[in-house]
Amino acid sequence: MKRSTFLATVLALSISAYAQDEIIVGEFASLTGGSASFGQSSHKGTQLAIDELNAAGGLLGKKLRLITEDDQSLAGQPATIVRKLITQDKAIAILGEVASSKSLEAAPICQQSKIPMISPASTNPKVTEVGDYIFRICFIDPFQGTVMSKFALEKGYKKIALLTDVKQDYSVGLSEFFVKHYAANGGSIVKDQKYSTGDKDFKAQLTSIKTTKPDAIFVPGYYGEVALIAKQAKQLGIKAPLLGGDGWVGDSLLKVAGNSLDGSFFSSHFSSEDKTTAVQDFVAKYKAKYGQAPDDMGALGYDSAMILADAIKRAGTTESAKLREAIAATKDYKGITGAITLDEKRNASKSAVIMTIENAGYKFLQTVAP
Amino acid sequence: MSPQTIEFIQQLINGLSLGAIYALIALGYTMVFGVLRFINFAHGDLYMVGSFAGWMLFAAPEDESKTGVWASLSRSFAAIPPGMTKVLLALMLAMMICAALGILIEWLCYRPLRQRPRITVLITAIGVSLFLESFGQYIWGAAPKSFPTLIEDTAIEIPESWGSIASLTLLKGQIITFCTTLGLLAALTFIVLKTKIGMAMRALALNQTACSLVGVNVNFVVAFTFGLGSALAGAAGILTSIQQPSIDPLMGILPGLKAFVAAVLGGIGNLAGAVLGAFLLGIVETMVVGYISPTYRDAVAFAVLIFILLLRPSGLLGKNIREKV
Amino acid sequence: MIERTKIILIACAATFAVLSSSIGGINPYYYDILIGCGISIILAVGLNLVNGYTGQFSLGHAGFMAVGAYLASAMSLGIIIPYFEAPIWMPSAEALASDPSATLAWWEYILKATGLICGWLINALFWIHNSIVPLGAALPGWAKFLFALLYGGGIAALAGLTVGVPSLRLKGDYLAIVTLGFNEIIKVIIQNAEPVGASRGLGGMDQQTNFFWAFSFAALAVYVIWNIVHSTYGRGFLAVRDDEIAAEAMGINTTKYKVLAFVLAAFFAGIAGGLYAHFKQFIHPEGFNFMKSVDIVVMVILGGMGSMVGVCFAAVLLTVLPEILRWVAKIESLPQWAREIAENRMIIYSLILIILMLARPQGLFAGWIKKKPRSA
Repeated sequence: MKRSTFLATVLALSISAYAQDEIIVGEFASLTGGSASFGQSSHKGTQLAIDELNAAGGLLGKKLRLITEDDQSLAGQPATIVRKLITQDKAIAILGEVASSKSLEAAPICQQSKIPMISPASTNPKVTEVGDYIFRICFIDPFQGTVMSKFALEKGYKKIALLTDVKQDYSVGLSEFFVKHYAANGGSIVKDQKYSTGDKDFKAQLTSIKTTKPDAIFVPGYYGEVALIAKQAKQLGIKAPLLGGDGWVGDSLLKVAGNSLDGSFFSSHFSSEDKTTAVQDFVAKYKAKYGQAPDDMGALGYDSAMILADAIKRAGTTESAKLREAIAATKDYKGITGAITLDEKRNASKSAVIMTIENAGYKFLQTVAP
Repeated sequence: MSPQTIEFIQQLINGLSLGAIYALIALGYTMVFGVLRFINFAHGDLYMVGSFAGWMLFAAPEDESKTGVWASLSRSFAAIPPGMTKVLLALMLAMMICAALGILIEWLCYRPLRQRPRITVLITAIGVSLFLESFGQYIWGAAPKSFPTLIEDTAIEIPESWGSIASLTLLKGQIITFCTTLGLLAALTFIVLKTKIGMAMRALALNQTACSLVGVNVNFVVAFTFGLGSALAGAAGILTSIQQPSIDPLMGILPGLKAFVAAVLGGIGNLAGAVLGAFLLGIVETMVVGYISPTYRDAVAFAVLIFILLLRPSGLLGKNIREKV
Repeated sequence: MIERTKIILIACAATFAVLSSSIGGINPYYYDILIGCGISIILAVGLNLVNGYTGQFSLGHAGFMAVGAYLASAMSLGIIIPYFEAPIWMPSAEALASDPSATLAWWEYILKATGLICGWLINALFWIHNSIVPLGAALPGWAKFLFALLYGGGIAALAGLTVGVPSLRLKGDYLAIVTLGFNEIIKVIIQNAEPVGASRGLGGMDQQTNFFWAFSFAALAVYVIWNIVHSTYGRGFLAVRDDEIAAEAMGINTTKYKVLAFVLAAFFAGIAGGLYAHFKQFIHPEGFNFMKSVDIVVMVILGGMGSMVGVCFAAVLLTVLPEILRWVAKIESLPQWAREIAENRMIIYSLILIILMLARPQGLFAGWIKKKPRSA
């Protein structure tokens, strides 16, 4: 039984007590490993929000303390660290994660322990279906897919080719709901192509798309791959514009793609070109702290912490059932990523913006109400 | 020509250009394996380091106020107008950096293990590979970086008068990679077959003990081989990034494995075989993506590896060597 | 000696009984780690049979774990796999009718025929699965769980057989890469398998794995493998490792031993996968990638290939280590760089691997706990 004595010593060592005059907020994110680029962004946003709240004097007379645990982009880790955050650190709420597959692992634990969990960017509808303590502040795949499909139809695109990232449930989900709406309303999908996160060469897929002469190509992926897809599409002489979702927004998108994304459209949560002071403030603060422009994950991470803070203020307590009620009652919260209302399914209903790209710069096009 | 034929030819070009990238990495693999009989698992990560070396040197720091030797160096490099000189300069620098790193790794991690079982060395190599990946993520961050423009990767104009062929796309980057691959293959073959160090390398591959008995400096030859192989990975890193200017610390894993498959396919240890295998793999992969199902792209590469190892373990061009008792 | 072993065994059994009835009440975080240790032990001990005792080098253990996890979950969720209707990978009759230019060339007929045969073979496998699922569904609670675990383990063992037989011709580095390739192929297949959620992952299993199940199977794995290796029969594994040619000359059927090692290891990996799936309640193809395989390999190497106690110890250590590092990274009195390194667990793992190979390739714990007779 050496094992258990060893284990006991180790675990006893790790017991740590935090002062009671703090509100502990737990966050789990992929800070290292394969999906670290998203996790790092959303963590930066969340950290910024918490610092700001503390600078303004904290909440309910107490300082906030963000405890962030890294799940190393590994399956199996979220369950463990959310258990730690809840039982060890006594977190009153959990923020995270970007990837739906990680959120789905953590959600049952938050639900069982009756601790509210707010996911900044998990778009899979199943996440909030786990139970009444699980919330999200991003759109879900059906909404965003429909928005882009409607937009494509309005634009008069009759033939569309798909290029889906099969490794990302986000991309698969978006494609699925895009096709559902698009095909039901008279559009035709002329080619259904796929790639995997991490691929660098898309010429084979694009060549086979090119022969079908689509009006536009729907690429619901993340910016790392989208930039290369755009570049290679241009090189192969494809003139059709690309359409996409919020995964496009990223520091390196336009740097890599250059002019090749001009004339393309994507739906997003917010526009860093937005002239409202709140957004401009956020962009400026984010740049000052981290030296780079925020992407959508950063903005969503920021909003997730701010919505939690708003709910704590309204509830006047951090007691879990009341806090849950308060989060569920969030209505028209003016966040960076739009006015957020949580519906009865605990999903955010908020408007999307459609952006276009001109001369290698973003340009705001229109707002689409839910 | 019918549109189907044009599409097929375009896919063939795509396959060849993908294969050329695999070939550059595979050459390094095969080089090291040919002499030392061990798989340098970290080879794919040296390719990543090559890309990042180019990025560090040629991308001007975003922070204008940044001073220091490194910042001013990269600023002056970044100021060079895009063109062949810039490509050659980047190639040379990245090859030197990778060669130095390769020799360092060999000296620190592999040299003490030379007489140990091959599994021990393999595990060390996996360790080195994981270290380079995670350390890269630690210092450069995990988000993809944009690689600076060394040369405008535009399509070669094909005159309209050539008919339907004009709709084919042939990129400068593809041609540069293709030519460099063939050029390096020729240069390596020359080194191995015609020079004194090449003779030492071949001798070393046959019998290490005998080599040192007749006065070959084994340590030097091994270090040289490693440096050469790593330099090839560095070259691959730069040439790939011209075509695919988005780089990240984990970018070396899959191309590294694929290049290994290519090297085995052609007969590991055989230079021409590595290039042949890489082109074949590139074409097979592209055809599977274009005509069957893109989702099985990675599975196909490994299926090829398993089949070739089962049917002809010595590869397409390799000699069949019976194990001596 | 025998008496002492008996006493120890009885003591262990008693402690185990007491623990499994009372341990459910502890802090869920510790409980989570504890179950993780049990699962790691099963995985590492199984891989130790292949990599340690038999001297092969498998880098694809997570693939077998994936097979077990997915099939056990499919069993307990009652997932029936729909059959392929048309030969896979080929245009359907409708597509051909609508686009007459898509007529078939001779090579397309060959592809089509191949697709048809593959489709039948795969459908046959599906049929087997689909007819076993109702059997499991009829069982009561714990029996159904056990059945699901054994089913997952059994299919994983079959997968082990299919990997083991062809890879017999290979050794060392080649075998490592081929097993890695199999791992990758299994992952890609799951990523495309709609009935089990494809890249969305699979959830909704009940949390049936508890201390009792995890550690019963851990004990079973240790017991079975220890006894096999230490029996007269099992000396064959060591013989294969130490000198394959000599072993063959002595009349040992090396093929049989290697395949047996693969099958047993895969079986236990499948069981571990099933336990994992029914503990975390959500599985995802990316969770069974190359990195997971490396994790298990590190356990075996750290423990000392071919040392049972060492490997168990290393499995526990490496399951607890990330949590310790988590704790270290939060100590504010430490310098910033030390905390950052502690947050980047992979840097430490890789350095451990390199240094261990340079300084102590036989493993940290080998020969440390019990001296074993070793052949030269």
